Amino acid sequence: MEENKNFTVSVYTENNIGILNRLSAIFLKRHINIESMTVSRSEIDHVHRFTFVVVVPETLIKKVVGQLEKQIEVIKAFYHTEEEIIYHETALFKISNEHLFDEKIQDKLKFRRAHIINISERYFVIEASGLKQDIDNMYEKLKPFGLLQFVRSGRIAITRPKMAISELLQEIN
Amino acid sequence: METLKKEVQEQSTSKKIKVTGAEAVIKCLLEEGVDLAYGYPGGAIMPVYDELYKYQDKLHHVLTRHEQGAIHAAQGFSRVSGKPGIVFATSGPGATNLVTGIADAQIDSTPLVCITGQVASHLLGSDAFQETDIIGISTPVTKWNYQITKASEIPEVLAKAFYIAKSGRPGPVLVDITKDAQFGELDFSYKKCEKIRSYKATPKFDIEKIKEAAILINSAKKPLIVWGQGVIIGGAEQEFKNFIEKTGIPSASTVLGLSALETKHPLHVGMVGMHGNYAPNVLTNSCDVLIAIGMRFDDRVTGNLATYAKQAKVIHFEIDPAEVDKNVKTDIAVLGTVKETLAEIMQFVNKAKHEKWLGEFHKLYEKECEVVINNQLNPTKPGLTMGEVLGRINKETNGDAVIVSDVGQHQMFACRYADFIKTRSNVTSGGLGTMGFALPASIGAKMGAPDREVIAVIGDGGYQMTCNELGTILQTKAAVKIVVLNNNYLGMVRQWQELFFDKRYASTEMVSPDFVKLAEAYDIEAKRVSKREDLADAIKSMVASKDAYFLEVVIEQEDNVFPMIPTGASVSDIRLK
Repeated sequence: MEENKNFTVSVYTENNIGILNRLSAIFLKRHINIESMTVSRSEIDHVHRFTFVVVVPETLIKKVVGQLEKQIEVIKAFYHTEEEIIYHETALFKISNEHLFDEKIQDKLKFRRAHIINISERYFVIEASGLKQDIDNMYEKLKPFGLLQFVRSGRIAITRPKMAISELLQEIN
Repeated sequence: METLKKEVQEQSTSKKIKVTGAEAVIKCLLEEGVDLAYGYPGGAIMPVYDELYKYQDKLHHVLTRHEQGAIHAAQGFSRVSGKPGIVFATSGPGATNLVTGIADAQIDSTPLVCITGQVASHLLGSDAFQETDIIGISTPVTKWNYQITKASEIPEVLAKAFYIAKSGRPGPVLVDITKDAQFGELDFSYKKCEKIRSYKATPKFDIEKIKEAAILINSAKKPLIVWGQGVIIGGAEQEFKNFIEKTGIPSASTVLGLSALETKHPLHVGMVGMHGNYAPNVLTNSCDVLIAIGMRFDDRVTGNLATYAKQAKVIHFEIDPAEVDKNVKTDIAVLGTVKETLAEIMQFVNKAKHEKWLGEFHKLYEKECEVVINNQLNPTKPGLTMGEVLGRINKETNGDAVIVSDVGQHQMFACRYADFIKTRSNVTSGGLGTMGFALPASIGAKMGAPDREVIAVIGDGGYQMTCNELGTILQTKAAVKIVVLNNNYLGMVRQWQELFFDKRYASTEMVSPDFVKLAEAYDIEAKRVSKREDLADAIKSMVASKDAYFLEVVIEQEDNVFPMIPTGASVSDIRLK
């Protein structure tokens, strides 16, 4: 059995209604769980970028990317290993104010990319960002203080190799 | 017809005319050269039907008895004509009834443009009467789909729909139009779509890959070609024939590739796959170069992938990059349309003959004849076999008929035993295996090829899934010939139960009505035969009939399809009995 790996799949698409369904259907039909997903505009006007994270064997992700790319409104799809990308995730932690001046929690915030972004009467909110592992660590550290709410973003990633979307669009036109 | 074309051309100039969305739909279809559509009206598509009424002299609409019948008819039409099939349905159940046909067309690469009505845009998402999210439902089984909520979108979206359905690897598209968009007005002008920036219809071929492929082909001692429907869809029958005749390579077909090359061609070594011929299946695991042309290595073709052609170098001529390496790892992928790539490779391949190698196919064919084929075509036991019915149809039609088969044992018999002399003569549900496909598809096939004999070969199970379409035959007078091979069983499932489930025939025995009376109720001449001595005359009268004709042939119940590759077995472990 081929080993499962983390892959970041970047899909450049037209900005139309229903594309998310079409893309997620490709993962669904192969029974692949999507670990995280982010959708945003891209560097090109009117072109959107989906970033999926999946844990699958490489031979499988190759086939999936081929099938993603085949969708009419997909301009190009890529997959990358962890080494080929620079990526980030962000998380928000909502914690009761009783812990605000707890030294232990202040300790935890020494982590380089975590800080308090909001304080109100009953709670405060910590924002942390970094690699998946950084957020996971932060989660474990803050959990004992009682998380009123927790949310983390999907991965956003920039690739080290070039993704020549503008050139591709020019070539087609 | 000429005046119609001229009129359409005149209207298609940039001159804008104010029309309703519904009228725009019809005008778009006329611009695309459509003169025939299938469908079923209902609330949300009524404005379009009102325009169909007004334009009935230019666009003929066939009312089927169920939306599934409409879409299978459109598929049959498309498969024989090469043109996209057009289907109308209303929202809700009308749209969902299309889904099986859409999935079928998607997996068999059949171009369809399906137009569904939808509730008014202000009602979307409110669970309105006959509202269903057909965009969501059809997304995984369409090549493309789109919901129109404004009349002004209609021309551009339909132009795109036609382009996408027909170009590259064809497929079904669905355009869902809200009722208010049908009623709304727009300034109509039409421009055919020729490109979409995010969509590369056909990859440009790489001459280096073609040269590499040619070197491998020239060096091969035991090459085998397996071709699929890509040869037919791409209109590459002649290029294909030139290629195999120059290289002298034994060539086998997939189910859907049948009829691209005449059955009796000396290099045609039969059909591959689960119930294909013995020789090409066995020798897949002996060839040194396997050349796949316009096919996708379906699991019914390959059997167990772990033991499929492992000894061979694989060359894959393919239009769809997503098919390369999907199931079988290729050594050389030649992307592009096979019409282009096969023409291009001719200058690099040597003229060759592989007589000794071809002889191996002949030897195994003789073995298959001894054990299987002779017993089918010239049985000595009393009960009628499906094979002999097909053999008789061949005799009476000289292989000139379009054979539309349903799904099951009879389908495999049709594919194995029908002689084809013309392309686009084998219409069947290949990838999806949709029972109930054949009767409506044969109606469409007859309309797509009105001058040809169209014979639907159907089992007693599949027939009863869509025999309501006899009503469509009654109303349209489509002169299809229907042969029901009745063994009073869901035969293929019964065969599997016999072989793999210790003869526990769970829910496969079928009690059927009097099919002859049923056909007669629809004013179709009908006959039943159960004796060998009556078969020839019955088929003769059927073929001689100018009108639709129904023939029931009572088949020996335990007539099984062989050879057979059991699920999970290797192609070379194909069983003759």
